Amino acid sequence: MAASPVLPKLVGQRVKRREDPRLIQGRGTYVDDVKIAGMQHLAFKRSDIAHGRIRSVDTSGAEAVDGVEAVFTGAQIAEFLGPMPIGTPFPSPDHRAVASDVVRYVGEPVAVVVARDRYAARDAADAISVEYDPLPAVVDPEKALTGEPAVLHADFPNNAAVGPLPSGTGASPKAVDDTAIDQAFAEADVVVSQRMVNHRLAPTSIEPRGVVAHYEPGKDAMTIWSSTQNPHILRTFIASLTGLGQDQVRAIAPEVGGGFGSKINIYGEEYVAAALSRRLGLPLKWVEDRSEAFLCTIHGRDIVAYVDLAARRDGTVLGLRMRLVADIGAYNMLLTAAIPTLTMTMASNVYAIPAIRATLTEVFTNKTPTDAYRGAGRPEAIYFVERAMDLLARELGMDPAEVRRRNFIRPDQFPFKTQTGAVYDSGDYAKALDRALEKAGWEQLKAERDAARAEGRLVGLGLSMYVEVCGVGPSSGLPTGGWEHSQVTVERDGRVSATTGASPHGQGNETTFAQMLADQLGIPMEHVRIHHGDTGVVKQGIGTFGSRSQAVGGAALHLAGGRVKAKMAKFAAALLEAHEGDLVFENGMIAVKGAPSSAKSFAEVAGYAYRPIKLPEGLEPGLSEEAFFEPSNNTYPFGCHIAMLEIDRDTGEPRLLRMVAVDDAGNLINPLIVEGQIHGGLAQGIGQALIEEVAYSDDGQPLTGSFMDYAIPRASDFPRFELESTVTPTPVNPLGAKGVGEAGTIGSTPCIVSAAVDALSGFGVRHVDMMLRPERLWRVIHGANGSPQGGQA
Amino acid sequence: MARVSITVNGRKRAADVEPRLLLVHFLREHLNLTGAHVGCDTSQCGACTVLVDGRSAKSCTIFAVQADGAEVMTIEGLADGDRLHPLQEGFWEEHGLQCGYCTPGMIMSAVTLLRDNPAPTERQIREGLDGNLCRCTGYQHIVNAIQHAAASGEGS
Ligand code: FES
Ligand code: FES
Repeated sequence: MAASPVLPKLVGQRVKRREDPRLIQGRGTYVDDVKIAGMQHLAFKRSDIAHGRIRSVDTSGAEAVDGVEAVFTGAQIAEFLGPMPIGTPFPSPDHRAVASDVVRYVGEPVAVVVARDRYAARDAADAISVEYDPLPAVVDPEKALTGEPAVLHADFPNNAAVGPLPSGTGASPKAVDDTAIDQAFAEADVVVSQRMVNHRLAPTSIEPRGVVAHYEPGKDAMTIWSSTQNPHILRTFIASLTGLGQDQVRAIAPEVGGGFGSKINIYGEEYVAAALSRRLGLPLKWVEDRSEAFLCTIHGRDIVAYVDLAARRDGTVLGLRMRLVADIGAYNMLLTAAIPTLTMTMASNVYAIPAIRATLTEVFTNKTPTDAYRGAGRPEAIYFVERAMDLLARELGMDPAEVRRRNFIRPDQFPFKTQTGAVYDSGDYAKALDRALEKAGWEQLKAERDAARAEGRLVGLGLSMYVEVCGVGPSSGLPTGGWEHSQVTVERDGRVSATTGASPHGQGNETTFAQMLADQLGIPMEHVRIHHGDTGVVKQGIGTFGSRSQAVGGAALHLAGGRVKAKMAKFAAALLEAHEGDLVFENGMIAVKGAPSSAKSFAEVAGYAYRPIKLPEGLEPGLSEEAFFEPSNNTYPFGCHIAMLEIDRDTGEPRLLRMVAVDDAGNLINPLIVEGQIHGGLAQGIGQALIEEVAYSDDGQPLTGSFMDYAIPRASDFPRFELESTVTPTPVNPLGAKGVGEAGTIGSTPCIVSAAVDALSGFGVRHVDMMLRPERLWRVIHGANGSPQGGQA
Repeated sequence: MARVSITVNGRKRAADVEPRLLLVHFLREHLNLTGAHVGCDTSQCGACTVLVDGRSAKSCTIFAVQADGAEVMTIEGLADGDRLHPLQEGFWEEHGLQCGYCTPGMIMSAVTLLRDNPAPTERQIREGLDGNLCRCTGYQHIVNAIQHAAASGEGS
């Protein structure tokens, strides 16, 4: 037999993505590319006021538009579509996909049109006239807590949606013992205190949301295509709200053009499309406009924190108090109420803080609901803690790296249980810090900064450490269940089809998962195909969020691959008259160890398994095995980010000069893809610090409703990012992989703000809230009224 | 309705369209060329970028009737048969895309960028992409992809 080529090991290699050939040729199928004969289009009439009672909805103008099939008001929809469910155990007010009595934010749907094409649908929606009795709006969460000037939901006095909830007590407040934290503050040499705002952002995937719902009366079954991160969860919720069984609904996530958390939710438009398709027996499509996206896709962040940090003079932190007020907007969406609880959970960051008391209040305001946006609660936590650590360093005149190092959880302390209840799996924080200091040339950078200052330039350095939580499991940690599923099938010809419930939207699972299976089974990667994003093909799944694809989905794939390999070994052992434990799978062959001439090709053994003329005892024919994997704990990736930034003295404009990121995500399957994930995360974290902010007027009108006034970063906003990684595997899954999707977003923001504060230190400023708008910085430099201040560093 | 005749990827296509029909919708809905994407309604994201008479243009900003008689090239027409365009190669080699939604527009913008300046500096590439937004990549690999194409010397 001719020697087969030697196949390289692929795990850990920078393998080019298999998704790309179709995407770079315009051959991907995103939801707006789905067309079905007879398909009609939806358009929504939305509230243009922030708060008001609907007096009347006149749809006659819409009905007169050529091409209109049907028009439904919120009241009509309510006859066949119940309230929108949420996925958390917190109390929630009634929330309808289409409002029928009161509107509570600009953009809330009040009616929907079904029409021949999207132009006619939009014309008709615009022809609907709605009269309101306006109510006062409230947009400031701290003011909203006074109950003035408006209460959004009658059952939630003073607009308090949740809390005050002390850390570590679950969904309902319990009495807590504050002796330790009180004592920490009593014993402290220094206390630093600061109010900080982690402001509201718009996730802004470049592909807006969209849905196609197709109910086929003959089959009594629904197919729903949606730009979603989790088709299986979508299926569950759509089935329950449309009165169908889960077996009757097939959900498909085609190519998904980014999500960043915003496409976890099941939105009103999806419920409406499904319910109307069922009612009308027509395929229906809705695709969001960008201006709708700014109003109606969830926002992220928006938490005010009052932070007090108690320490000894040598920099040892004794205690942390963190009082959080989260502005969640007008309603609870799927995970809304749970997101800020993660801010409490991660309040210890990488430090062994002996006493922590975090308290959370969530507040309804007349704004778009918030929910998971890349990082989801963790960026807020790390931002607050890292800014406080910087304040402490400044207060004590210590190097920011030193004050952090002094408080690290040591490698020998893992698993480490924090005062907020998280159990960190593994970590080596000093290693990440040292690597970052070295990579950035910290001492050299300080000298450069000082030299620049001597010339009168405003240059600053910032450093941050982060730890985050990924791959959430076990199931007690997630309302959906904390597992993932995979099925691996060796086909008759020896090719491999595998399914994964981790439904990607840019993460490259088709590549990384194929790398893993190719190595595991000793076959060429070209012979492996990964199927995802279709509940008709992928039997079970949860989805992609919280950086869980590898840590949970990859682990499930690995288990299923191992099972099919074990079965295949039994068939091969029968063919080779060998012991299954003596077989090696490599280079497309299965051979007895040390006897390569004995080898049978992978395909031959596969063929035998499907026509086992002599079926080995105890075996069933065929090669298809599945696995559910549920991790015993979350993973906790970490890292260190360093930024150098200059502020223009005349204009206040900040410019990022250096961005160094050292991230530890455990074992890496494909470093090229990991780098891409970190770059994207950094871009969003830097965007938050420097140029992104969702703003509202005092009466609840959105001021950032398009790309003209909400700035997402452009290529020219960034220097070249400087990346390195350290590798500390996790013990909680067989791959040792921790997850990397959110890391960049979490670490970058605080170090940039700290760099800006450092640059402005000559002006006596201790803290500046994001976003670092030039006007805000200019006022620091020139005084609130523009009168020049001192400040030659 | 207005009659338009537009040469798209080398093929002459005629249709009766609403005068307000955007070129991007003409391409996507009438011709089923769904490579040009729509990412905004204010002409800022560049996801819809195609070549009109050889230069990159945002097809959401042009009515189909304005393109009457023009030559349009979309991402679907960029490769030479099975041979990818150097920019397509560059994006693949350098991991210049994640979700891929911005990618066709990025590539079509970069075609003009490299045609005007076959050996751009990194700064020039970054500034040349000001009309195209990507939310996934942080742009660094996109810059690498364009450098890769420029270095291939095949220009465009
Ligand atoms: S769709 Fe955004 S610029 Fe054309
Ligand atoms: S790759 Fe997703 S927007 Fe650019």
